[in-house]
Amino acid sequence: MAVADRRFSLGATARRAARRLLSSAPVLFGVLVLTFLLMRVLPGDPAVFFASGPNAGQAEIEAVRKQMGLDRPIPEQLLRYLEDVGTGQLGRSMTTGQPVVKDLRERLPASLELTFAALLIALTLSIPLGILAALRPGSAIDHGVRLLCSLGVCVPTFVSGLLLIYVFYYLLGYAPDPTGRLDVFAASPPGITGFLIIDFALTGDGEGWRAAAAQLVLPAVTMALFVIAPLARITRASMLAVLGSDFIRTARSLGLSRTRIVVTYALRNAILPVLTIAGIVFSTMLGANVLVEKVFSWPGVASYALDALLSSDYAPVQGFVLLMAAIFVAVNLIVDLLYGLADPRVSIS
Amino acid sequence: MSPLLRIENLSVTFATRAGPVEALRGIDLTLGAGQTLGIVGESGSGKSVTAFATTRLLDRAGRIAGGRILFKGQDVSRLSAKEMQGLHGAAISMIFQNPRAALNPIRTVGLQLADALRAHRDLSAAAARARALGLLNAVLIRDPERRLDAYPHELSGGMCQRVMIALAIACEPALLIADEPTTGLDVTTQKTVMDLLARITAERGMAMILITHDLGLAAQYCGRVAVMERGRLVEEAAPGRLFAHPQHPYTKRLVAASPTPNSTLADLVGEMRPAGAGIPAAARPAPPRGTPLLLEVRDLVKRYGSAAAVDGISLTMRPGESLGLVGESGSGKSTTSRLICRLIDPSEGTILFDGQSIGTVPARDFHRSELRRAIQIVFQDPNDSLNPRFSAFDSIAQPLRRLTDLRGAALRARVMESAERSGLPPNLIDRFPHQLSGGQKARIGIARAIAVRPRFLILDEPTAALDVSVQAMILHLLDRLRREDDLAFLFVSHDLNVVRMMCDRTIVLQNGRVVEEGASDTLFARPQSAYARELLAAIPHFEPGASLAATA
Amino acid sequence: MLGHLGWVLRRNPLTALASAGALVLCLVAAFSPWLTPYDPIASDVPIALQPPSAAHWAGTDQLGRDLLSRIIAATRLDLAIALSAVGFSFVVGAVIGSFCGYAGGKLDRAVGRLVDVLMAFPLFVLAMAMVAALGNRVENIVVATALINLPFYIRFARAEVNVRRDLGWVEAARAAGESHAAVVLRYLLPNILPAMAVQISLNLGWAILNAAGLSFIGLGVRPPTPEWGILVAEGARFITTGKWWLVAFPGLALMLSVLCFNLMGDGLRDILDPRQRT
Repeated sequence: MAVADRRFSLGATARRAARRLLSSAPVLFGVLVLTFLLMRVLPGDPAVFFASGPNAGQAEIEAVRKQMGLDRPIPEQLLRYLEDVGTGQLGRSMTTGQPVVKDLRERLPASLELTFAALLIALTLSIPLGILAALRPGSAIDHGVRLLCSLGVCVPTFVSGLLLIYVFYYLLGYAPDPTGRLDVFAASPPGITGFLIIDFALTGDGEGWRAAAAQLVLPAVTMALFVIAPLARITRASMLAVLGSDFIRTARSLGLSRTRIVVTYALRNAILPVLTIAGIVFSTMLGANVLVEKVFSWPGVASYALDALLSSDYAPVQGFVLLMAAIFVAVNLIVDLLYGLADPRVSIS
Repeated sequence: MSPLLRIENLSVTFATRAGPVEALRGIDLTLGAGQTLGIVGESGSGKSVTAFATTRLLDRAGRIAGGRILFKGQDVSRLSAKEMQGLHGAAISMIFQNPRAALNPIRTVGLQLADALRAHRDLSAAAARARALGLLNAVLIRDPERRLDAYPHELSGGMCQRVMIALAIACEPALLIADEPTTGLDVTTQKTVMDLLARITAERGMAMILITHDLGLAAQYCGRVAVMERGRLVEEAAPGRLFAHPQHPYTKRLVAASPTPNSTLADLVGEMRPAGAGIPAAARPAPPRGTPLLLEVRDLVKRYGSAAAVDGISLTMRPGESLGLVGESGSGKSTTSRLICRLIDPSEGTILFDGQSIGTVPARDFHRSELRRAIQIVFQDPNDSLNPRFSAFDSIAQPLRRLTDLRGAALRARVMESAERSGLPPNLIDRFPHQLSGGQKARIGIARAIAVRPRFLILDEPTAALDVSVQAMILHLLDRLRREDDLAFLFVSHDLNVVRMMCDRTIVLQNGRVVEEGASDTLFARPQSAYARELLAAIPHFEPGASLAATA
Repeated sequence: MLGHLGWVLRRNPLTALASAGALVLCLVAAFSPWLTPYDPIASDVPIALQPPSAAHWAGTDQLGRDLLSRIIAATRLDLAIALSAVGFSFVVGAVIGSFCGYAGGKLDRAVGRLVDVLMAFPLFVLAMAMVAALGNRVENIVVATALINLPFYIRFARAEVNVRRDLGWVEAARAAGESHAAVVLRYLLPNILPAMAVQISLNLGWAILNAAGLSFIGLGVRPPTPEWGILVAEGARFITTGKWWLVAFPGLALMLSVLCFNLMGDGLRDILDPRQRT
């Protein structure tokens, strides 16, 4: 006998999604404008670089400047910029010579693969630990988890990454050379998704898969270490709060089994804040990737943007910022929708 | 025949920051099958602790320090968690205060009922759902098919409590413990829930323990009533005898302090009689005709979005008069009081104070008006009406600093004077709210309001959160202050007995409109409107001295 | 007040330890020029890349400079950046957030949008861009770090004020003749201080990590100025050849300072919360 669950109507969910997207539009717009302004403030004259070289004559530079529209008033430049973004034109990178969109598309899977792997590792460890700590307050495991949380946020990712390299590569020899996603001599799989782990699996290349996984382990663990602490902390806190609430007491008074109380009653309620935090953590990790990508020479979008920034090549940086903001908004949207599905108290409006 | 439940010399201790605290000090109780026992007491009496100890649902910090709890001959204080689980719901059930919080917010009612049923019975999902439907019918929930798939936040407080009852009786326990089941519910809802509870337990032969602070409730629904004070059971008897001829001094005080439909203020005896309390609160002579109105409210409306919380209320008050404003939740009484006090702005209507239009002055600017000090307000919950960072002195001095020119020694003198008039011992003046009791905090709230010598005092449920004995003292205090300062009172409350005692006239509100108004005595004796009659009929009948036919 | 302080510290030995640690750090920062055993920027190439020894407790770096001295010298800069950045963002954020939480309506929504935009920027990118735009001066790092922190304080203060907005004593303050602004600044802000104090100390640790991170990727302080992030960056090149002390000791300094501030945060809340006073 099906229980009619009104919350699951596709129409309502779609309407909700559309509404959230609409309310995110101003944020994206704000990001666009802010990025534009920020780039105008940065030093360096793009016209000089786009001309045939630093020795180009003044006339040529002026011509290029005119062509790029840099002589127009700022509001007009902003409009042209918005138009460009709207049509998917994010400019060209001076260091790679390719369109920014192409560069980003090539490098994004690397960053995503790293972030997803790190998040997966972190969630697999932190959620059970947080739950266990909440189920046995004051025990050794509770103290251990709290200690881990306190320490976890203290060690910066670049230090832990380097120390992990020292231990597992230099001392123990388990890990491969910590440079990039794949050994230079190994063959890349066909670029189906861009995710090496998935692509190798899809083509049935066991050895390639192992090589890619081995390269992925250390950087993913480094990133995971940093976010295990906040995730475990919120899981523990949320679980504790739920376990102490009135409806759990009711469930106990009715004689429900411990399993049902912990899993169906407590856990489902406690997981909601964790969901929100996981979304935030994901977005933060994508942005803070840059440190880990630097340490492990991981060819992701963050290091791409950093190198561009240091070379005064600003189009890639703009593109990177927009990409990150878009992902941030998308992740927020997804988390919001998932939350709405899981928690019937959240109203449709 | 051995009793269903026998509690022998039960002691419970709680571990707190300040050391171990004895919540129960050796109590003895007996209950036979099918009987109803009421446990009454004020806060800290240990009545709820008794319930939680019996069902072994004590807080982590509490433990049974001694004694036995014999349920059907078996000592439940010694059972393991697994064995208790077998008893929970199937032999002993509980229903709690705050019903909405007691239900799982993200699980439908039907599923929760099914969980309760399948915890002790081997049922398929379909069979469980059918039984759940039957249970909803038994607790008189309308449209039960639809309600099975509803979530708790979609139901009213009364409906949530009925679901709670359905959950508790699902597996036919022999004993049902109800811990303050109607606190927080409107008085009309309270009656329906209690009637339902009484009927269901009678039909199924269940024994019930009703824990409450409301003597009237205990008198009306219980065969025997036990009185608890500070962890001890001081007296136990049938309600008729107990309330008509109380033996123990505490019971006497408790009964005396509880307002009834016929008591007057002088009947409420406080623990410490403040000086001058010997003067009986005789009916004040009405102000002579022609005295200009102190307050005039015409067609007051306040809308939030499309809904009107206040929908055309008009009233008048003369200087020194006391007017009661009664209604249930959603009646608009709190909103009206905030509008008159100029903390929020009306959507429509006029408010005239002393002939001056104060409704047109925006709420955000009223603090600068010279009439700000003439209108003051005393709040309901003493626990959140005082700034936690202010000492008692600071709280009382705060309005003086803003609204008067008093400074230094003169300021201090006025603060101490207000405190003394409110019955606050001077040695407590530098204490912080967390170091004070509920009654003391209530006194600070009053001292703060009268310090600036207002002419009009709005009292928003000033004693609702207080124990009945403390309430008696505060009501006494308020009445005395009114006579001394010739204050006008707007007394907002849901407690009809209190309003009748304190106010010359009363206005009854429903859904933002005035339903009836008149002199308190006449209104309560012979209500004209159907709603007022319904309200009065819903008050639990509590008349010490009259013989009661108590339900067994 | 001091008596209360002593009481709290006696009850939480961990907090006492952390506070002592934080105090030591501040002292080291203040007196660093006199505490360094060697000159932090004097190179001595023959003894480059030596592991820890009796003469050099933390070993030497690639230019033969004593690592311990450089770590001590860096304390001053790191702490100064963190304290000023967090101080600034806390003050501004708390005030803005409080007013938004109290007022609600259009102001709240508008500021909420701005905060959303700010938070949509990947943290590092904003810092990176600002520093790149304005130059690698210490002040700019402070401003960038402060700006990154700002949204959190605004949101936090807003939420805390929202919870208290409808309480009795806030209405009582209005009835006593206080204007809306006075209620926010003089009544609500001091009340949310204990909750925000915990945030402050957590953010101190975070600000130190941010500053170090920026320096690590080359956008922060420039070498040869000693700063913990720079020390790690310089040592990163040698980790694959086993010169672990170049990364471990600055990393340890980072970790200990962040740990002390984090633990102190919990203690800070106990001190400021009047409910704990007896």
